Amino acid sequence: MTQTQQPPLAPLTSPDSASASQAEINAEMAAISAKHIGAAETQPRLDYSPYRSSLLRHPTKDPHHADPETVELFAPVFGHRDVARLESDLTIQDGGEPLGERIVVTGQVLDGDGRPVRNQLVEIWQANAAGRYIHQRDQHPAPLDPNFTGVGRTLTDDQGNYSFTTIKPGPYPWKNHHNAWRPAHIHFSLFGTDFTQRLITQMYFPGDPLFALDPIYQSIIDPAARSRLVATYDHEVTRHEWATGYRWDIVLTGSHRTPTEA
Amino acid sequence: MSALAPTPGQTVGPFFGYALPFDGGAELIPAGRPGAIRLHGTVFDGAGVPVPDAIVELWQADETGSVPQVEGSRARDGWTFTGFGRAPVDDTGHYSFTTLRPGPTEPHRAPFFAITVFARGLMHRLFTRAYLPLDPDTAAADPLLSTVAEDRRATLISRPDEHGFVFDIRLQGPGETVFVEYGAR
Repeated sequence: MTQTQQPPLAPLTSPDSASASQAEINAEMAAISAKHIGAAETQPRLDYSPYRSSLLRHPTKDPHHADPETVELFAPVFGHRDVARLESDLTIQDGGEPLGERIVVTGQVLDGDGRPVRNQLVEIWQANAAGRYIHQRDQHPAPLDPNFTGVGRTLTDDQGNYSFTTIKPGPYPWKNHHNAWRPAHIHFSLFGTDFTQRLITQMYFPGDPLFALDPIYQSIIDPAARSRLVATYDHEVTRHEWATGYRWDIVLTGSHRTPTEA
Repeated sequence: MSALAPTPGQTVGPFFGYALPFDGGAELIPAGRPGAIRLHGTVFDGAGVPVPDAIVELWQADETGSVPQVEGSRARDGWTFTGFGRAPVDDTGHYSFTTLRPGPTEPHRAPFFAITVFARGLMHRLFTRAYLPLDPDTAAADPLLSTVAEDRRATLISRPDEHGFVFDIRLQGPGETVFVEYGAR
């Protein structure tokens, strides 16, 4: 029997087609990784077709390089007018104990020069222990938890540290392809000292078997960069008889402000 | 030079709706205040279809060109102009801010709104600028606009309407918005 070349992958037409198998998605992800190996791409590819929703939503032209101007050299200023002090504990918001594994997630927010990002807003949102968001569009048939909204906010302290008490989120199915499951994750929203440092990302949990199968996580080609989204289990953060602990540090891009402006 | 490698971004996903929007997030000032204007528009995908799960953030100077640096950018007391706004789009992909017309932050610079766009399907935030309508000479002198190809410049310039300005955001395709990346220091 003669060897045949693998046929080229069919062109993708429908962004919401959930027809591809996991094996097909894996092959697409592997092909993109192989093509860009060594490219040191440390941010996610905007054009990443295994994530079907990106097909019609990624800019096709290169971003335009610009020097930030005055307004972009400053960030919004947050304080306790913006954030109540108890909003960092997601386990006390609704009167009863939420179900699941209680965890503490803590870390430091730094800029690219290693300076702590102080008194800045950190916002999180996440699924509950069963993998269900309270969002109306989440119709995954897992139970909602009446004692868990999955939303938290805090301010970094003078060393750039943040801390949340929450419940470990569950993985959940999504309609990207057949039998698609997202690794468990917490969404994080961050500001730096410049508007140019704005970041929204996701924190993952160590050792998740779904990493290799997930097009959102795999959209970051550089494995070392990708792994920076994974928190570390930290026994020093773990609290006796109460919660397991994770540490996750976040680095924003460098500030463009000169020291005199800071 | 940056010493530390930045944490990669990830998509905001579809379920930010109960976490990021906040009361008054799109009203930087009350609509009835003298000088109030509207900045609004629609976020479109590459097929020209409105994106119903995007969120737009705004950051701007006040009318005199000064950048607010008062604690409480997310708070809304009805009196303080904080310069920061956050507006999820509605089911028709439309966002709308009530705000002030920004002044130039430096002499001879064209005033603009600094904009960040997040959406399901968009892996990392996008930055852009919404300039106020301006004449060709001012555009030619502006450090950013003057370096954008002329046929794409219009994507950065809002158009006036009855109450203020319209700024549509096209993520892809014909009329794709120019998105900005800030140069290394």
